Amino acid sequence: MVSDKGATMEIETFYEVMRRQGITRRSFLKFCSLTAASLGLAPGFAPKIAHAMETKPRTPVIWLHGLECTCCSESFIRSAHPLTKDVVLSMLSLDYDDTLMAAAGYQAEEIIADIRKKYKGNFILAVEGNPPLNEDGMYCIHGGRPFVEVLKETAADAKAIISWGSCASWGCVQAAKPNPTRATPVHKVITDKPIIKVPGCPPIAEVMTAVITYMLTFDRIPELDRQGRPKMFYGQRIHDKCYRRAHFDAGQFVEHWDDDAARKGYCLYKMGCKGPTTYNACSTVRWNDGVSFPIQSGHGCIGCSEDGFWDKGGFYNRVTGIHQFGIEANADKVGETVAGVTGVAIAAHAAASALSRARHKDQNKEGN
Amino acid sequence: MIVKTMDETAAGATVYVYEAPVRLWHWISALCIVVLAITGYFIASPLPSVSGEASEHFLMGYIRFAHFAAAYIFAVGFVARIYWAMVGNKNARQLFVPPPVFNLDWWAGMFHELRWYLFLEKEPRKYVGHNPLALLFMFIAITLGGLFMIVTGFALYGEGAQGWSHALFSSWVIPLFGQSQDVHTWHHMVAWGIVWFIMLHVYAAIREDIMSPQTMVSAIISGYRSFR
Repeated sequence: MVSDKGATMEIETFYEVMRRQGITRRSFLKFCSLTAASLGLAPGFAPKIAHAMETKPRTPVIWLHGLECTCCSESFIRSAHPLTKDVVLSMLSLDYDDTLMAAAGYQAEEIIADIRKKYKGNFILAVEGNPPLNEDGMYCIHGGRPFVEVLKETAADAKAIISWGSCASWGCVQAAKPNPTRATPVHKVITDKPIIKVPGCPPIAEVMTAVITYMLTFDRIPELDRQGRPKMFYGQRIHDKCYRRAHFDAGQFVEHWDDDAARKGYCLYKMGCKGPTTYNACSTVRWNDGVSFPIQSGHGCIGCSEDGFWDKGGFYNRVTGIHQFGIEANADKVGETVAGVTGVAIAAHAAASALSRARHKDQNKEGN
Repeated sequence: MIVKTMDETAAGATVYVYEAPVRLWHWISALCIVVLAITGYFIASPLPSVSGEASEHFLMGYIRFAHFAAAYIFAVGFVARIYWAMVGNKNARQLFVPPPVFNLDWWAGMFHELRWYLFLEKEPRKYVGHNPLALLFMFIAITLGGLFMIVTGFALYGEGAQGWSHALFSSWVIPLFGQSQDVHTWHHMVAWGIVWFIMLHVYAAIREDIMSPQTMVSAIISGYRSFR
């Protein structure tokens, strides 16, 4: 009981943490209104955010890394609205992130144990990368143990899980065929906790910070679609908000990478752009503080936030491959072949029918 | 019950098989499928680029409009046809009842038909409605294939249009396939399957009109099938 009381005493509100970090009240209020704006909320929400942050105990976040390339972290630290320093130093109590934290070794691992004890059922677990399950998870070792064990253990005490990036959400490149390590997305390993998928390779920095800010401020999970992605960022396709959409509707396409159409900035549909099949906010939020995004730089979208995008045939084909047939084939090739063969077969069959009929008639005549 | 066996209809008889709504549906759907197949092909593999300002053209827009408009007509027709299957005569029902795969007579009829197409039988059997082989093909290509195309088609349509088609189709079809690209690929594949079916369908109808003892082409125009 005593220790419990001690624990609650130690838990600070966001505001207290911010003030301790030397942030003035004025800056704090500015931050609240900026956050409200970046989340697309009405101005009236800024005081609500401020109130929440003044009164609510801060929610710690544990950020674990499984099989991944750290591109999610790289993206995250480049967030401009809100700035990552604001998120990390004031908003988010990122208590454990082995690539960002100063602590290492036993000291670092102790932090996980501490948070699990102190904030049982009240912390957010952010997972970057995924656990490989083959060979008892030996393909990814975290602090001397298989990552899958650490993940399961930590997740058991978490309030909710954020699956950062396509690795955690779908499996990404390490789960691409033939997936030798049996890399498995988080939601297939942890089935009893709410999971927010933030796919992308990497996800957009502002999307990452906004999702985490939303969860910490409102103390609830943003509205998700059926595949577990926040609707506010994954509700529409790249294609729906693409600034080159007018060229698509007009029928103006890039045919080769070096043609005039490419220089004029026509639609990249024929170059295999996956914008029409990819749910993400790239064409609205863009990247690097809104500077650009793949299509704006002249390359089609590769669909990195979609399930299994590595295994869906070429990045440069509109009609993509079908692997079930064992060979590289696309729907048009299969279709044209079948239609062609059928056409020839029909012609041959018609000829045979005519012959057979003629012979039949002759026989009938002879019989008569 | 549904599949009439041979010789039930005497030579020279004329039977009213396809009621007006069935015939109308057949020809409207046929036209829709032609439009859908052609526009669908050009949606997947667009025509060469047009030059000039984007604001002066709407080529892809019109192609997609034709595809969506024809799809709506096809879908509404499909629903209306299901209604007619319930209120129409027994030949109208044939297409919407799964082939009687546990009926040995039906299988015998199908093999007879297959042998007829392989020139191993001198005479095909007579049927008032569809023969078992035709019924199997039509059930797979038009009933199941058409339904598949309507469901996946509206799922793809709902991705852009949002609204009811998103709520009713996209919201569960896209997750079912995993992602949108796969839905595109399957929609495309089945479209080729239907093209393949139509080639066979048209050929078989004309061939049987000439070679079998019953009329085919005139039956779907006038509704009456004559036996000779």
